[in-house]
Amino acid sequence: MRKDQHGIIVAINVAGELGRRLREMGFIPGTHIKVCGRAPLHDPVAIRILDSTITLRNNEADHILVDIE
Amino acid sequence: MQLKMALAGNPNAGKTTLFNQLTGARQHVGNYPGITVDHKEGHLHYQGRTIVITDLPGTYSMTAYSLEELVARDYLVYNRPQVVINIVDASNLERNLYLTCQLLELGAPIVVALNMMDVAKTRGIEINAAVLAKHLQVPVVPIIARSGFGKDALLSTALQVASTNQQWNPLNISYGDDLDSTLAELIEIIIAESLMTDTYHARYTAIKYLENDEQIQAKCREISLKTAQLLDKIVNKTTEHTRQTLDVYPEAIIADHRYGYIKSLLRQGVITRKFDTDRLYTSDKIDKILTNRLVGPVLMLAILFALYQFTFSWSEMPISWLKYAFSWLSSLTEEMLPDGILKSLIVSGIINGVGGVLGFIPLIMFMFFGIAILEDSGYLARVAFMMDRIFRIFGLHGSSVMPFIVSGGIAGGCAVPGVMATRTLRSPKERMATLLTVPFMNCGAKLPVLALLIGTFFGENKAKYMFFFTMLTWIVAMLAAKLLRSTVLRGAPTPFVMELPPYRFPTIRGLCIHTWERTYQYVKKAGTVILGISILLWAMMTFPSLPEEVSTSFTQQRQAAMTAAAADTLAELKTKIEPLSEQAKALDHTISLISNTEAELALRNSIAGKIGTSVESVSRLAGFDWRTNIALIGGFAAKEVIVSTLGTAYSMGQVDSKDAQSLSDRLKEDSNWNRVVAVAALVFIMFYSPCFITVVCIAKEASWKWAAFSMGFNTIFAYLMAVAVFQLGTFFNLG
Repeated sequence: MRKDQHGIIVAINVAGELGRRLREMGFIPGTHIKVCGRAPLHDPVAIRILDSTITLRNNEADHILVDIE
Repeated sequence: MQLKMALAGNPNAGKTTLFNQLTGARQHVGNYPGITVDHKEGHLHYQGRTIVITDLPGTYSMTAYSLEELVARDYLVYNRPQVVINIVDASNLERNLYLTCQLLELGAPIVVALNMMDVAKTRGIEINAAVLAKHLQVPVVPIIARSGFGKDALLSTALQVASTNQQWNPLNISYGDDLDSTLAELIEIIIAESLMTDTYHARYTAIKYLENDEQIQAKCREISLKTAQLLDKIVNKTTEHTRQTLDVYPEAIIADHRYGYIKSLLRQGVITRKFDTDRLYTSDKIDKILTNRLVGPVLMLAILFALYQFTFSWSEMPISWLKYAFSWLSSLTEEMLPDGILKSLIVSGIINGVGGVLGFIPLIMFMFFGIAILEDSGYLARVAFMMDRIFRIFGLHGSSVMPFIVSGGIAGGCAVPGVMATRTLRSPKERMATLLTVPFMNCGAKLPVLALLIGTFFGENKAKYMFFFTMLTWIVAMLAAKLLRSTVLRGAPTPFVMELPPYRFPTIRGLCIHTWERTYQYVKKAGTVILGISILLWAMMTFPSLPEEVSTSFTQQRQAAMTAAAADTLAELKTKIEPLSEQAKALDHTISLISNTEAELALRNSIAGKIGTSVESVSRLAGFDWRTNIALIGGFAAKEVIVSTLGTAYSMGQVDSKDAQSLSDRLKEDSNWNRVVAVAALVFIMFYSPCFITVVCIAKEASWKWAAFSMGFNTIFAYLMAVAVFQLGTFFNLG
């Protein structure tokens, strides 16, 4: 996903701690997200979800399947 | 009767601010994982009752993944506070209610404190607290923790809840047909076996079982292996079923339904938004600049450098006052007490020890004040965000950058505040790796040693070499971190998933409480140990003292020199009026020569000296003679001691670490020293065991086991490096 793109989460394909961390931050299928930006070295990525900004490493964000609007 | 009250909530929801508002915080223990997650406690009198408030660690959830969450859950379950204040960020209600939901499922009696109503309002979010209360079926009190608004209403509501003294009454959320039927099966077994039913509600245990909660599962196995296996079987069956039909784990379904429950609740008129959710808030605008791909890193370097400057230059003055006060105390004692062991103990052991402990206080205070500003304002999270890509390569975390810089990433820091700064890291393994490698950096105390050796042997390129050695520490520290992360601290990286909280102005009160408590912790936890070790080191460098006849012979030599001199020269020397005549100077020189030789002999005769001499055969491989060895042992007390001990070992008397020209000349002439030895010594000094103050801090932040590891690992590592340098250098005849 590019900067300022919007999308709706379709699925989170990861179990274990990462999956749990993502879910407690609100990464749940059906939730609207927006890419806020990326760090200077293009990784991690900052995502706006619910009313907060969450940062994820790119390889962590790879587990999130999104329908781009 | 004392009333037990607990404070729970998400990180950044204003929990600490509320805690400070309620109690004026007499105690504070940081929110750090890894080894010890303490909880903070404060007292409060309200309506004639004494209330003990426990500030639970900030968590997003109530699983068993992080130590914070375990601490929070265990506290609620085992201490059973009469009321739990759940602080919720009104400007981020949906996510915050996820924790609320789990508190309700646990059944704890809660009052929701709806914080930051003002922020929500500016964001165009209106929340109807009454409707929220109706649907959650718990009291909801709007507050603004920063200003203290709503504090009284919150407390009286909390007291009301506490006084009803009701049973824990868990909320039942439906998790869909599949899971609900499984839960029913599990509950039946749990009730039949009365498995932990006095601690948790059966349904809660069942949910946690489905969620794969390791703590609960382990406890069940402990109580009854048979029942646990039975439960496991049911859970496994369901997991397989959901995996096949929906391709998800039960825990994901549970989370889905919790959020579903929250969403449906909010839709019933709790929340109204005036603006488009896409609107940029002030915080986002600031981020456009501060985390900009080009400008961001430059600003970050500037801000970190400013923090560094602030910590080390502003603390210089109070440190020099302290130093002055202690040297005054030393000289006073020196004059008051007769020569002997007692005087030496008090001056070199106790006063230096206490001075050593207190000398770091301004540094720690300034550093924590600076870090508190960065942390409370929300900038520290951005630093981690920007730096993570680089630090991740070495198995560290974006937040590791702060400790490294404070420890001497810009030459001249100090590992003591650096080690303490690792508290800002929340990933246990990354934190340990940072903790263990920050002492490699060139702290301010190593600088005089570096300056001496570089000045002596590479005088023509001093700046270049200093820069080279600073870079070398970075490279070595990073590689050592990588080594640790792939051996003793092996393991997948902790998920980075981190919130970038909105920028906020830190409150002065919050900053002061933060700074004070961390400083106090340092004095309380580390202070006594440091004093003890300081005395021990003093004893090692002093005992056993020279045999009677040897020291008598030195006294006799001095006497002889004095009687040989003319009476008026002696008298002149006693008056110490400058300028001295030639004869007086000569006499003074003779006497100090004798005393210095005595000091050298005494040092060599001490335990430290004997150790230094006995390991000479090993240290020879790195080019170090017994004198250097003793100096290195002295360096364990504090790295700058290396210079002065080296001075004593070379019979030079007291050498000032800042101005060691005479020692430099002496080393140049010594056949034991050359460029290769100098580089080997530099490498060893930079990387060997941290000074014991740092070691004590590591022990307090991690454990004594890790502190011992740090001493051993670093020393062996440094030794191997030094041997390699010396052997290769000698082989290629670079000396």
